[in-house]
Amino acid sequence: MVERYVMSIDQGTTSTRCILFDHRGRLVSVAQREHRQYFPRPGWVEHDAMEIWRNVQRIVPEALAGVGADAAQIAAIGIANQRETTVLWDRRTGTPLGRAIVWQDTRTAPLVDALRDRPGDEFFLDRCGLPPSTYFSAPRIRWLFDHVEDLEKRARNGEVLFGTMESWLIWNLTGGVDGGLHISDPTNASRTMLVNIRTLTWDPELLDFFGVPRPLLPEIRSSAESYGEARALLPGVRIGAALGDQQAALFGQTCFSPGEAKCTYGTGSFLLMNTGTDLVHSRNGLLTTVAYKIFNQPTVYALEGPMAVTGSLVQWFRDRLGLISTAPEIETLARTVEDNGGCYIVPAFSGLFAPYWRSDARGVIVGLTSYITKGHLARAVLEATAWQTREVVDAVNADSGLTLKQLRVDGGMTSDNLLMQMLADVLDVPVVRPLVAETVSLGAAYAAGLAVGYWPDMEVLRRNWYRAGQWLPDMDPERRAYEYESWKRAVERSLGWIRPDDAARARRSGQ
Amino acid sequence: MAGPVQSIERAAAILRLLAAGSRRLGLGEIASSLGLAKGTAHGILRTLQGVGFVEQDETTGKYQLGAALLHLGTSYLDVNELRSRSLNWADALAARSGEAVRLGTPLEGQVLVVHHVFRPDDTLQTLDVGTLLPLHASSLGKVLLAFGTATLDPPEEGLRAYTRHTLVDPGELNRALAEIRELGWGAEVQEMSMGDAGIAAPIRGHGGLVVGAIGLSGRVERICDHRGRPLPALVALVRDAARAISRELGATRW
Ligand SMILES: Nc1ncnc2c1ncn2[C@@H]1O[C@H](COP(=O)(O)OP(=O)(O)O)[C@@H](O)[C@H]1O
Repeated sequence: MVERYVMSIDQGTTSTRCILFDHRGRLVSVAQREHRQYFPRPGWVEHDAMEIWRNVQRIVPEALAGVGADAAQIAAIGIANQRETTVLWDRRTGTPLGRAIVWQDTRTAPLVDALRDRPGDEFFLDRCGLPPSTYFSAPRIRWLFDHVEDLEKRARNGEVLFGTMESWLIWNLTGGVDGGLHISDPTNASRTMLVNIRTLTWDPELLDFFGVPRPLLPEIRSSAESYGEARALLPGVRIGAALGDQQAALFGQTCFSPGEAKCTYGTGSFLLMNTGTDLVHSRNGLLTTVAYKIFNQPTVYALEGPMAVTGSLVQWFRDRLGLISTAPEIETLARTVEDNGGCYIVPAFSGLFAPYWRSDARGVIVGLTSYITKGHLARAVLEATAWQTREVVDAVNADSGLTLKQLRVDGGMTSDNLLMQMLADVLDVPVVRPLVAETVSLGAAYAAGLAVGYWPDMEVLRRNWYRAGQWLPDMDPERRAYEYESWKRAVERSLGWIRPDDAARARRSGQ
Repeated sequence: MAGPVQSIERAAAILRLLAAGSRRLGLGEIASSLGLAKGTAHGILRTLQGVGFVEQDETTGKYQLGAALLHLGTSYLDVNELRSRSLNWADALAARSGEAVRLGTPLEGQVLVVHHVFRPDDTLQTLDVGTLLPLHASSLGKVLLAFGTATLDPPEEGLRAYTRHTLVDPGELNRALAEIRELGWGAEVQEMSMGDAGIAAPIRGHGGLVVGAIGLSGRVERICDHRGRPLPALVALVRDAARAISRELGATRW
């Protein structure tokens, strides 16, 4: 009997990967390609959507060749994608109208500041579950309408399509200008600020508010259902899932029950806790988001705490301070000392994210004495990630009324054993690393496999999950409390550094 | 016997030249000082840069001695870096073999476990990163010994016998190490504790230098056939993983 596989396409921020998984959820083939990052101005980040589609066209055959499989052996395709990255394209020609604006891009900051003033956070939180932020897509659409000639008019005439990366790829895979499906899923659509978080439909009031015409927008389908067959690249293969990357990781970690949570530690880090079918509005600075929607089953929600600067603080330590030559060396350096020596680093490089959301904060290093060595600084760098996680976990517990019992982790920073032990220590729960590190891809594959019956149910997926490593808490409670308090005092010192006229001044000089 | 290799002599001359001066040198200066064509000097400099013996200043393009030269005597690959680069392959090895996986490097006459992946069966297991294993009685250690990455300093009273299968006789151990070099992998069958066995293969860095070992271990009846020989399928998985990591680290021929 020929083996059949599920294919996932993970369209990430720096690269796109195509992975094949077998019945037991084991990775059997990988192909990957990076795409170019464009930084046309300070704070601007762009991708070429065409380049990304070309990369997909290359890596799909490569991944097949890796195991000598052909399209007939692919049971389904699942897509995971960088969230909120916005692309507009011409419905008739299939050409992107300008480069995609990436989630990290902060060009909409002035607009976002204005929205937080009027109509204010509550207006948006009530409807879409999100406070205005430069992350989300709707302010970007508005920005494009205001800066690209005729774009708004053409959009009103139905000549233009909007999508995040999953919509763009599915449209191209299913035929493009020749009848391509223009669809999205609730995990992605709910991050636009245009979707009603309760009904999961485009919210007329929000569309009105941002001036976004309905024909621009994709149809919202479930995260896992057979959308249709591919016509390009893998003709006849069903496309069965689309999930934002962080939600895909939650799914790949099989966090299917309320209270189960995962955190992905990369450049930035994202903690998501499954809150079940109840919509939990955060009172503690978290985002309410859709975890997944399988076929016509009830929507499952999650609370999300994004931390902007975690792995990137290690990069900063390496590239800007030059104290280490590779990221993993931070652990070696940190192990040259017993503790942080009283030193704390709050990496509020562009303000503080969850749970504070303070754009007036800037980074601080506190507790410096002549005793502090680079080893102490290295420790403080790693501890910054641990304490940021602790604050998010406290918020998640408070909002959900559930108590985190263990944290499932993935991402590049999980190779750091010292950091993993710190996490277990400051959270006071076990930290667990799964055997398949590629949780984003696995989650997309799982959802697609469910959609086409490759896997019968979610229980089977749970049984595929294995522990590759585990760290248990081993910290004196008194010390934990003392250190946590010190961290909070450090955070206080980072707040309010930016004065209102600083921002205006920076803007005038082209920031 | 073949004569001296010209390019190595030239490389040595370049290193001496860079070590002699207190300032960085440009390509032109180096080439003319040594009477070499610019292209030749450039090729050698690029190779020296590749192994970390020479560094080039980003802005001026001038050359100086590299940091790797200063640490020639010590292990040049950070163990945390090694873990980070091995992570995916070690996971895959555990998933495919169904056994626990460990990575080891030498530390003061023993094997330091730098990475550990649990056996994928959800039984309770404890991470033993940071623990030490004996060189002569573990598969990781025997591989490190065989390829000269670690050296054994037997105590006066001789090597410790953990079981009746431990190789404590120097002659016997040396024969076993020679065989490991020959085969490219090594095993330990009930040599550290009765009922357990392990298979390991070398991880190579630039130029083929062995920097560590990766291996799996488990109950002897799962690792070996009924005659106590390691199962070829498991050996192949271990060697594949070792080769994949070696390629990741820049070893080209393995
Ligand atoms: N051993 C380590 N210790 C601490 N940080 C690390 C380590 N290894 C990698 N990192 C950090 O992890 C990040 C890369 O993780 P990855 O999951 O590949 O990120 P992303 O998917 O966001 O690009 C980098 O920011 C790097 O600084």
